[in-house]
Amino acid sequence: MEAEITLTVDGARRTLAVDTRVTLLDALRERLGVTSPKKGCGHGQCGACTVLLDGRRATTCLALAVAHDGARITTSAGLAGTDELHPLHQAFLDHDGFQCGYCTPGQICSAAGVLDEAERGWPSAVTANITDITDTAGAPALDAGEIRERMSGNLCRCGAYPNIVAAVAAVAEGRSR
Amino acid sequence: MIPFDYRRAEDTDGAVATVAGNPRAAFLGGGTNLVDHMKLGVAEPELLVDVTRLPLDRVDRLPGGGLRIGAAVRNSDLAADHDVRERYPVLSQALLAGASGQLRNLATTGGNLLQRTRCVYFQDVTTPCNKREPGQGCSALEGYSRYHAVLGASRHCVAVHPSDMAVALTALDAGVRVQGPDGERTVAVADLHRLPGEHPEWDTVLNHGELITAVELPELPMAARSRYRKVRDRASYAFALVSVAAALDLSGGTIRDVRIALGGVAHKPWRATLAEAALRGAPPAADEFRAAAEAELADAQPLRDNGFKVPMARNTLVSVLSELAGEELR
Repeated sequence: MEAEITLTVDGARRTLAVDTRVTLLDALRERLGVTSPKKGCGHGQCGACTVLLDGRRATTCLALAVAHDGARITTSAGLAGTDELHPLHQAFLDHDGFQCGYCTPGQICSAAGVLDEAERGWPSAVTANITDITDTAGAPALDAGEIRERMSGNLCRCGAYPNIVAAVAAVAEGRSR
Repeated sequence: MIPFDYRRAEDTDGAVATVAGNPRAAFLGGGTNLVDHMKLGVAEPELLVDVTRLPLDRVDRLPGGGLRIGAAVRNSDLAADHDVRERYPVLSQALLAGASGQLRNLATTGGNLLQRTRCVYFQDVTTPCNKREPGQGCSALEGYSRYHAVLGASRHCVAVHPSDMAVALTALDAGVRVQGPDGERTVAVADLHRLPGEHPEWDTVLNHGELITAVELPELPMAARSRYRKVRDRASYAFALVSVAAALDLSGGTIRDVRIALGGVAHKPWRATLAEAALRGAPPAADEFRAAAEAELADAQPLRDNGFKVPMARNTLVSVLSELAGEELR
């Protein structure tokens, strides 16, 4: 069965007909030529396909395209303007936060989600006192432990984790100053 | 994946009627488990009815003091909800211990309850599995059983339920609101999931076409001092080997009330009624916690690879209760 859907991808409105079996990831990569999100495992286990879906980080390999008609999608390539780097892009360069780079667009989108969630006061599994809701104006401090926990859905087979944590920490620190 | 039709539900009644009227139809929530199963060939629905845009996405305070959580509320939103964090922290902690940030943004409350076991044999259609194909036999009984059940299993199935959220809800005595073709009913979350018995293919007591519309948390002041602890093979983003959800109410040096549920040990979230009974009226001491845990686990039947779960469950329970007691005594 085919269905017509419209997606706004990195600011561009795109209408296409998809088989109901097509995932959001395959619609982006195979149908729209948006290859920034990567297919790693295809089972929601590696995070390489992470994008911002209506502003929130989400895996796209287990999302059916037809179920997200009308969605606004931001990939790592669309986080900043054309030919510009987002602070997270620059931090990954500065801190050498990758080796082969395959997981990097997913890492970057996930990190953007982490920063946003922290700004909204969302706790994580390692946040010491989650019952303290008075601190919503200020983000929970994103120390290395918080970053590791919040980024745990993004695997890096090159093992660039220490530098990824450093890159995310640098941007988080810049924001909280 | 086999071809299927997709419909977006306009209202709850219509969604229920559509799925109830087609044995090969299924409700679609966030899709993080169902779509995976469709890719793996574990699930082959011919019609998906998407219920994520129904108006079931709110967390509301109930008149009696409890909370009503819509079935379409995302796991991430529920974990961050201020009422949940303040009054039922065990639920926030359980949600945050599950999956990853980008999956919790998709996963729904109803879907989390209805997710299926991560038993590797269930998910691999090339191996026999009674839960997937009744009568085939259980590969885990003689196979790799590190992640399998130690309580309440049967010779037909030794799988465990994977949800963290459901363990916390079980300790909190939550009720599950269900709408079917013949009307609505409430099922206690402790009664929602089944033990495998002769029919491991049935995860829950729900009938085909019944839709979870909400989860209701009762007013439970003692839940303000509650905790979830999950033990797993890596520090984050892994299913539980063992988990404990507990709430403790101390008064005058004795345990007035206690709620305990275990995860990772059975085909359903395991309400530890024996341990609770042993602890009510007892002093909050480590040897009491240990004796209660041992009473709960006395009938455990480990498999070849999961004997460690019995002392792990005991030690985790003692640790969580000791922390809660220490917190309250301070």
